[in-house]
Amino acid sequence: MSEVAGVLKNPVAKGIGLFLCATLVIICMYLSVWLGITNVDWRDILHAYTHFSGTNIEIIVRETRVPRALIAAAVGASLAISGALMQGLTRNPLASPGILGINAGAGFFIVIALSFLHISSMSALAWIAFLGAALTSVIVYGLGAFGTERLTPVKLTLAGASMAAFFSSLTQGVLTADQQSLDAVIYWLVGSVQGRSFTLLLHVLPYFVIGWIGALLIAAKMNTLALGDAVATGVGQNPLIVKMAAGLIVILLAGSSVAIAGPIGFIGIIVPHMSKWFVGQDYRWLIPYSALLGAILLLLADISARFVMMPQEVPVGIMTAVIGTPFFITIARKGGWR
Amino acid sequence: MVLEARAITVAYGDHPIIEALNLEIPKEKITVFIGKNGCGKSTLLSAFARLLKPKAGSVVLNGKDIAKMPTKKVARDLSLLPQAPVAPEGLTVLQLVRQGRYPYQNWLNQWSTDDERAVRHALRVTNLEDLADRPVDSLSGGQRQRAWIAMVLAQETDILLLDEPTTYLDLSHQVEILDLLFALNRAEKRTIAMVLHDINLACRYADHIVAVHNGRIYAQGAPEEIINEQLMRDVFKIEAKIINDPLFGTPMCIPHGRGRNLIKQRQQEQFENRQPTNPVAVKNR
Repeated sequence: MSEVAGVLKNPVAKGIGLFLCATLVIICMYLSVWLGITNVDWRDILHAYTHFSGTNIEIIVRETRVPRALIAAAVGASLAISGALMQGLTRNPLASPGILGINAGAGFFIVIALSFLHISSMSALAWIAFLGAALTSVIVYGLGAFGTERLTPVKLTLAGASMAAFFSSLTQGVLTADQQSLDAVIYWLVGSVQGRSFTLLLHVLPYFVIGWIGALLIAAKMNTLALGDAVATGVGQNPLIVKMAAGLIVILLAGSSVAIAGPIGFIGIIVPHMSKWFVGQDYRWLIPYSALLGAILLLLADISARFVMMPQEVPVGIMTAVIGTPFFITIARKGGWR
Repeated sequence: MVLEARAITVAYGDHPIIEALNLEIPKEKITVFIGKNGCGKSTLLSAFARLLKPKAGSVVLNGKDIAKMPTKKVARDLSLLPQAPVAPEGLTVLQLVRQGRYPYQNWLNQWSTDDERAVRHALRVTNLEDLADRPVDSLSGGQRQRAWIAMVLAQETDILLLDEPTTYLDLSHQVEILDLLFALNRAEKRTIAMVLHDINLACRYADHIVAVHNGRIYAQGAPEEIINEQLMRDVFKIEAKIINDPLFGTPMCIPHGRGRNLIKQRQQEQFENRQPTNPVAVKNR
């Protein structure tokens, strides 16, 4: 039973673990910049930023590799945090941002933009995806809050699942009718961190940072909320406000992630469980652990995506699915880490 | 600390459960709400605990409307244990009990020596010191309920509200939990109000019983004064005989109904044995 409460018992061990995870993130980011069709030396990386002379390798570093590593780390961390919050909010160990219909909603908006509005600039699409994610979340929240019993986990999950199915069907309908936009959108629909520019990351960075800080601030309140609405009210919390704040953070983080990288699955489900295995049921540790482990996992998935079918690249969304599915089945069968 | 309901009407949607009800919870006593399923006793407790906001009237704590007080302030005077609470998987007893200190914390003041002392005290009186690092979901039903009560105790409130604290527990654990609450009331003068289903245990532990029927108070008072056969008939729709508990002298309720009636059976046999010359009985043999 002991591992249920987390293998790392005391705060010192948890702190050291967190430090090791942070170190691993930096190592993985270095690997991500280093490895690929052309391997770049650490000297090239240094040169690209200190004595930039416009060589091919320096351009690859500055325009491709570094933004890609930063985006993978930021998106991985954000997806994992929003997954941890979602699982707490819905009291469902298999919940993830996808279950709120966020990915499907963003996908539908992208497809509409491509086929009817003929928008193709990457940054415009990112904004549209963000809008789609936010709008879907609002609809799902509205549906979930409808009725006499307000905002129960089951209603929220049902509303999310049905909106996800609804938007996926619409997306597929549009794509069958319009073959041309299919090619343009398919790469986005599986999720990837490749070919995204640094400015794209800068556009959504404020939302990421607000989301990360917000998640850390709300962590202690999530611990109380996890005891149920009645108990939380009894000890003096207003559960509705905490839920709305957590929901807003999920929308910010998951919406921004889907906007720049497309719907990358499984990070949001898997990583919170890995973190729980390390530190147990305490959001004050779960949030930072999820952030770092999420970054590591997406960086590693993105690196391996380059080597599976060399010289072709596999979209990272497919890699996370390949890694994530067996994990998902394990959680579903065992009901968490029991 | 005085907790009272002043003409409260509580409704789910448009359907009123309780209408214009007045009730004062006696200070430093154990009060037990009894009544049939769906009579409104849990709704009443929820209204006292501010889980449900009255449509009309107000719940008043020391002269102030709790709906108008900051919820954290209320939580320092009034604690609540809902029915069959569920702890998240892997949460330890200590982590659970520490949540009871929520109303004393804010952004600046995270964890004080006062908080630590209150948590230690709660663990000690519930006899959970040795289990502090165990996950709540690995404990037995009685231990688990003790852990939840410890959380409520760590809140250090004058008033404790508990909704069916003995549900799903076997008899020995029911007595264990009620003994604990009784000891707390007598030793620390905490006001306790709770919903119980077992009339006999209610009569044994309650100083004051509130019998709720159709969203109204049918009767209230000391168990020995109000529990009688008429009340059982009106409130619980059951024919019952009230006797004195042979151990405690408190009222004890024996319901009528079907079942193996050994007394009737024995009377029947005696009746037949006493009249062996009865021509009908002889004929039937």
